[in-house]
Amino acid sequence: MSQAVAEKAERDELWWVPKGRQLMKGNHAVCAGAIRAGCTAYFGYPITPQNEAIEYMSDALLDVPGGIFIQGESEVASINMVMGAAAAGRRVMTSSSSPGISLKQEGISYIACMELPCLVMNVVRAGPGLGNIAPHQGDYFQATRGGGHGDYRAICLAPHSVHEMAYHAYLGFELACKYRNPAMILTDGVIGQMMEAVDLDSIPLVKWEKADYTLGVRDTPRERRIITSIYLDPEEMAAFHEKLIAKYDLIRREEVRHEEYMCEDAEILAVAYGSVSRVATGAVRMLRDKGVKVGLFRPITVWPFPYDALGKRARQMKAVVAFEMSWGQMIEDVALATHGQSLPLHFVAKHGGMVFTPAEIAEHLERIVADPNSQGSVWRPH
Amino acid sequence: MSKAAVALREEVPLPEEGFEVVFQRPDALVEKQFTYCPGCMHGMVHHLIAEVVDELGIKNRCIGMAPVGCSVFAYEFFDFDFISCAHGRAPAVATGIKRAEPESIVISYQGDGDLASIGTAEIIHAANRGELITVVFINNAIYGMTGGQMAPTSLVGMRTTTSPRGRDPKIAGKPIRVCEMLTSLGGVAYLTRQTAHNVKGLLKVKASIRKALEYQMEGLGFTLVEILCGCPINMRLSPRQAAGFVEEQMIPVFPLGDFRDIKKEPQEG
Repeated sequence: MSQAVAEKAERDELWWVPKGRQLMKGNHAVCAGAIRAGCTAYFGYPITPQNEAIEYMSDALLDVPGGIFIQGESEVASINMVMGAAAAGRRVMTSSSSPGISLKQEGISYIACMELPCLVMNVVRAGPGLGNIAPHQGDYFQATRGGGHGDYRAICLAPHSVHEMAYHAYLGFELACKYRNPAMILTDGVIGQMMEAVDLDSIPLVKWEKADYTLGVRDTPRERRIITSIYLDPEEMAAFHEKLIAKYDLIRREEVRHEEYMCEDAEILAVAYGSVSRVATGAVRMLRDKGVKVGLFRPITVWPFPYDALGKRARQMKAVVAFEMSWGQMIEDVALATHGQSLPLHFVAKHGGMVFTPAEIAEHLERIVADPNSQGSVWRPH
Repeated sequence: MSKAAVALREEVPLPEEGFEVVFQRPDALVEKQFTYCPGCMHGMVHHLIAEVVDELGIKNRCIGMAPVGCSVFAYEFFDFDFISCAHGRAPAVATGIKRAEPESIVISYQGDGDLASIGTAEIIHAANRGELITVVFINNAIYGMTGGQMAPTSLVGMRTTTSPRGRDPKIAGKPIRVCEMLTSLGGVAYLTRQTAHNVKGLLKVKASIRKALEYQMEGLGFTLVEILCGCPINMRLSPRQAAGFVEEQMIPVFPLGDFRDIKKEPQEG
């Protein structure tokens, strides 16, 4: 400890905690929120557009008592370091962007099978392949259906503001640790890169203690602990699957989160998550100012998806419109949520890395208000 | 002595005088029969690791990494905490654990496919960072668990199920020498290659594992003990012939000895 640090620590033993009201980038806010939530370890690899996160952690974690930061040799190594630190009882996170997240999926699958908690942020960029570094939502399927091999799910949060990035870091850790499962923050360069005020003091401060299933030095006598993901006997594997399924069912019952904006008397419902929901909020406000009855439904957890709440809200609508920065992925969940209802579903895409403007979304909503069966955007399973 | 060891002794009561126990299952092994093939050398190496752990009195501080390969179930046999890792990733998992639990003693057990093929990036960077871990690297020049495919350490001309005409360097390159490859890296404290095919070799294996663990405990840097082994089943050899293969064919390609020993090196500055 340097003398300057020692002096700071003497004045305030929590001097290293991010606090106050700060103007921050989303990628920084996630890290600040994570540190408040008890995160003491980060392993990652640079990739645009999330480099601010690894850069922030490379500095901030050195001040956190017991803090660990390693720039891994790859995304693959980084997620396996996350596995090790999680197995040893740390609240640990990593972050990446689409191509890097693909590489991490092997590890995430193992971590899910080992029932270890961790937080993974995906600042999604346009793909497939190298694609580009612009905002996109093309990783929705991967994020909400597990993503790696095997039958598992990761709890998946979709923040729509910089403040919510910080809060979701906290929420993600809480859920990950409660259910011993990987949690993911699904976002994009819009939220990751933009700067907004964050009320850090409102993010709970967590002092995380090692859980009783983790590996470590046996100071007091106890049985050895084994963390594994191998179940060679199919009957054992099936029994383990059933345990996982029961856990996922519980998460589906208990942890679904969504937000509605001006839905009470709405006749046309926009559905959007993450940065698109932010743009759609502006569009809905513009139309409401003109007396047009539109509302916005925003899934906050995209897994578990708010099927029931959306299905219920959709019943009063003349049409439901999904806006996504992809070729259409969440729309399939919207279709599942409204299954059996005879209302038209619309899908409006913006892809390649381009973003919606509020005027654009408003224009589509107005068109659909005028003709709820407007053929230009009606979506059907294909 | 563990309860299991006592129970084992009680099954065969010793005569009251004139006998003493000179060899038994180390405390760091659980009472479970090894599941390795006849003539496989994993069991002997497991036993030696456990003996050293007992001698150093560090069982309660040890955390093991089991790889993907024949030793995937290594955690079944050791009486300390273990995690089974994805193929090749053990050094990264070990890094996460050791950094999170600096007082632990981390043993990563890996085979040649795991370490020298799919896990080359992880082993190189763990060594370069000087992670305070000990890697026990079993080099038997073949993929055992998947049924005898070519390994990165298979010898030139060696027939395997994926080099049925013999390893052709034009197709598959030459065998990778891991110790030689890692010697230049700054974080390495101890690198050695030993053999498990005869008693003399096994004694040196044990001494090497002990030195590696001691260096880890002293915080000197990354340590790796490579151990040449035979794989009689997949090489279609008898155990005796497999030992002969190690002696006559592997050692000339993979020379034995220390490649780095930080205590014998002039210190910088």
